[in-house]
Amino acid sequence: MTRNSKFLSISSLFGFIFLYAPILSLIIYSFNKSKLVTVWGGWSVKWYAELFNNQQIIDAAIVSLKVAFITATLSVILGVLAGYVLSRMGKFPGKLIVSGWISAPLIMPEVITGLSLLLLFVSLENLIGWPAGRGITTIIIAHTTFCMAYVAVIVQSRLSQMDDSLEEAAMDLGAKPHSLFFLITLPIISPAIISGWLLAFTMSLDDLVIASFVSGPGNSTLPMVIFSKIRLGVSPEVNALATIMILIVAIGVVAAMWQMRKKETTL
Amino acid sequence: MSKVTGTFWLGRYDTVKTRFSSLKKIRWGRYSVISIPSLWLALFFFIPFLVVFKISLAESAIAVPPYTDMFAWNVEDAIIDVKIKLGNYLYLFEDSFYLDAYLSSVKIAAVSTFFTLLIGFPMAYFIASKTGTMRTLLLTLVILPFWTSFLLRVYAWMGFLKKNGIVNEFLQGIGLIDQPIQMLQTDFAVYIGIVYTYLPFMILPLYTTLEKLDGSLIEASKDLGAGPIRTFFLITLPMSMPGILAGCLLVFIPAVGEFVIPALLGASDTLMIGRVLWDEFFQNRDWPMASAVATMMLLILVVPIMFLRNGKKEGVE
Repeated sequence: MTRNSKFLSISSLFGFIFLYAPILSLIIYSFNKSKLVTVWGGWSVKWYAELFNNQQIIDAAIVSLKVAFITATLSVILGVLAGYVLSRMGKFPGKLIVSGWISAPLIMPEVITGLSLLLLFVSLENLIGWPAGRGITTIIIAHTTFCMAYVAVIVQSRLSQMDDSLEEAAMDLGAKPHSLFFLITLPIISPAIISGWLLAFTMSLDDLVIASFVSGPGNSTLPMVIFSKIRLGVSPEVNALATIMILIVAIGVVAAMWQMRKKETTL
Repeated sequence: MSKVTGTFWLGRYDTVKTRFSSLKKIRWGRYSVISIPSLWLALFFFIPFLVVFKISLAESAIAVPPYTDMFAWNVEDAIIDVKIKLGNYLYLFEDSFYLDAYLSSVKIAAVSTFFTLLIGFPMAYFIASKTGTMRTLLLTLVILPFWTSFLLRVYAWMGFLKKNGIVNEFLQGIGLIDQPIQMLQTDFAVYIGIVYTYLPFMILPLYTTLEKLDGSLIEASKDLGAGPIRTFFLITLPMSMPGILAGCLLVFIPAVGEFVIPALLGASDTLMIGRVLWDEFFQNRDWPMASAVATMMLLILVVPIMFLRNGKKEGVE
């Protein structure tokens, strides 16, 4: 048994090193003074200064944040509805299709989703004149389609963990369906809503492939700008940007998990 | 709903009138709640596939948008001309380039999935064997990279694997090699990239099944004299099959169509179908050909996607 668990801990240790070593090296090299990305020239924050002077990156970041914010909000609305429908609405015609396909956008290769949505937008524009051209709106629609699936899955699993006795009690006491939803169900699933919103936000902020297909000229998102920069090789500015993004996410996730654990223990 | 409505009805058996009016209200509310997400999915997820299929049968043209119409309305003779071009599909089979790309994508995805399982299984087992804070901490460590930018994580490997990157420096430092080896822009780097980015997708479903695994079965097997290896292959492995299947499919399906990883880490001749589709669309601006490539990719993935759906129905998340 001890030999067994030793094997497990050593291979897990290597697994975690594998997961974190590249990220750590990226963070360290973002403070490198030298322009040659791999030669260590001492500590410096000059790449951070250059990053904040790069108007192209700042513009793209603003586009991305805008898209991510609206996407996350829309995804939560649609995803909560879908998750609720699937776990609390019993049987209805077409349930199998919805339940089987709600998670399909999660695993669909992004090139297929991106291409198919672009072709839909182009055909719709020819047919009914909407959406006129491509830009922020089309990116938001595309992102919402795959992000709502994440929210739906999270909400559904949260709802299936909670038994419906609270909801039943409220119904017995005469609560109307909509007040039941807003007064009982929504508070129950609020942790799932928060993590769903955050996940949708990060997924939207991160997407390169789908946005490349459905965005129009002049609406480059942050990943699109990053991709065009790093295609040619490692860039110290991107290291600095990556460090900032990774640290924000790390702090956010750790804080959210801690908060949720606290909530769950008090519940 | 049946259970909930049942209680609801019992609580309201006093007047028939209220019964009917609330029934109607529920029905209406129910259908609107069901139909909003369903319609969104239908419009922005199903119909686009039909559009892709339709355009894969069109001819590439120098126009906006760059393809020909399938239907042409001939006013004088009141004839609808339907034009369907099968050439794109024929070309997929004629030119071995496409066939090679499909085969090599499936191969790369399958091999990477295998290695993801090999690395992910002990990690998932290890996490499942822990309890309390340690377990939460390890799970957070697995999930954390999943929240950080996928693009930037792939990018991190570029700096790591470069000719004068850290891995080469390290290997030279300990005297294992004299010359830096070419690791970036090879198939090897693509395998690493896929295993690395999809590892959380493997660990989480594995962890979910391993956590539920009945420890008494393993003990019983050991009491009856089976060694650890035999116990593993006869008890642990078969019982964690649903998690293994789900994890492998969650890695394999998106990996087949991967674009970013081969584009950043692969060689210029690393053939993957996601990259072919991208080039067909963005470089050649041949939208019908890109659509045909996408349709074929979808056909290849239908079987694994169905497997994943069936697994879910049997209660595996």
